[in-house]
Amino acid sequence: MERRLSMSNKESTLGNMVIALLVITFVASASLGGVYEITKEPIAAAKLAKKNSAISQVIPEFTNNPGDEEYKIPVDGDTLYFYPGRNGDQLIGTAIETFTGMGFTGKIKVMVGLLPDGTINDVAVLEHAETPGLGDKMERKKSDWSLQFQGKNPAEFKIAVTKDGGDIDAITASTISSRAFCDAVEKAYKAYMNNK
Amino acid sequence: MNQIKNFTKGFIKENPVFVLFLGLCPVLGVTTSAINGIGMGLATTFVLVMSNFVVSLIKNFVPDKVRIPSFIVIIASFVTIVELTMQAYLPSLFEALGLFIPLIVVNCVVLGRAEAFASKNNIFSSIIDGLGIGLGFTFALFLLGSVREILGSGSIFNFKFIEGDGILIFILSPGAFIALGYLIVLVNKLKKKGA
Repeated sequence: MERRLSMSNKESTLGNMVIALLVITFVASASLGGVYEITKEPIAAAKLAKKNSAISQVIPEFTNNPGDEEYKIPVDGDTLYFYPGRNGDQLIGTAIETFTGMGFTGKIKVMVGLLPDGTINDVAVLEHAETPGLGDKMERKKSDWSLQFQGKNPAEFKIAVTKDGGDIDAITASTISSRAFCDAVEKAYKAYMNNK
Repeated sequence: MNQIKNFTKGFIKENPVFVLFLGLCPVLGVTTSAINGIGMGLATTFVLVMSNFVVSLIKNFVPDKVRIPSFIVIIASFVTIVELTMQAYLPSLFEALGLFIPLIVVNCVVLGRAEAFASKNNIFSSIIDGLGIGLGFTFALFLLGSVREILGSGSIFNFKFIEGDGILIFILSPGAFIALGYLIVLVNKLKKKGA
């Protein structure tokens, strides 16, 4: 405290306070604008790369660029994104970016790959904030839990946890996260079948 | 001022986490693994060094009454720069830390050093102070992250050494408090011995 008093800090007047704040905010906003411009493209590229790797994970090999044929369907106040994968002219599967708001800690985004008849080819988590060590087992790199969706057709296989009368074994101690995940997959399937 | 002392004080003597108890929110939040702790620590160190540098640079131009808003604008700018850069070039680390990066703004370690040190000392000492305190913060986060990862997931740096789950509570929030509490006990014991 005594050091502060002995300091030769500037006397505050209205004029110099306004000028100091103006200069600081101007420099700050200019440098932020600059950084934003520089990082804009790498950020977009990183997001696209992640999306593309999820698309190629969940549907069989395709020869087109599914990102170019994107179409959207509004569901539950949000939007599902569809990425059809084709081999030549033939549709071989559709990757669907779906979501759920039922997660234990907020929104979960999932990429679901459906074959033309509605059979689930594979699933991949895009975004989530579930508890590390529990709900995050929905990620393939953390556990094999999500493998049980592979090759199942929701027409005869109920996408819900066993506690809710479905056919999916919930992650131990993470029924809410598992239930949310099923909700996202179910949403994608329904939207796909209704708009076929 | 002795620059070596200035640099090393952040590790034990004035460690921001174990001794000053500053910035505990990110400390408890991100330390579910050792690597998250290091990432968060280094991001904070960068912000600390840069904000200490700029605050010390402009300390004679900023009128006393508006110094706190000025410091906050400077700190917030550097935090946003870190956030954008990390998102662009280290997307996987950003995914793990994303939520906590904006919280560096309200980390009292950063504002605390700007106000208590950088606004009273020359540029060189301020940079050294930022670096020392920042690395001390990183060290504390790494220590807490390691303890929680070893006990909670049975792994270190994602390298698993026991099968199955660890003691789950250490991954969850209560475990953060428990682990931090015991680490503080340990540090205090070491400090007493040293003195």
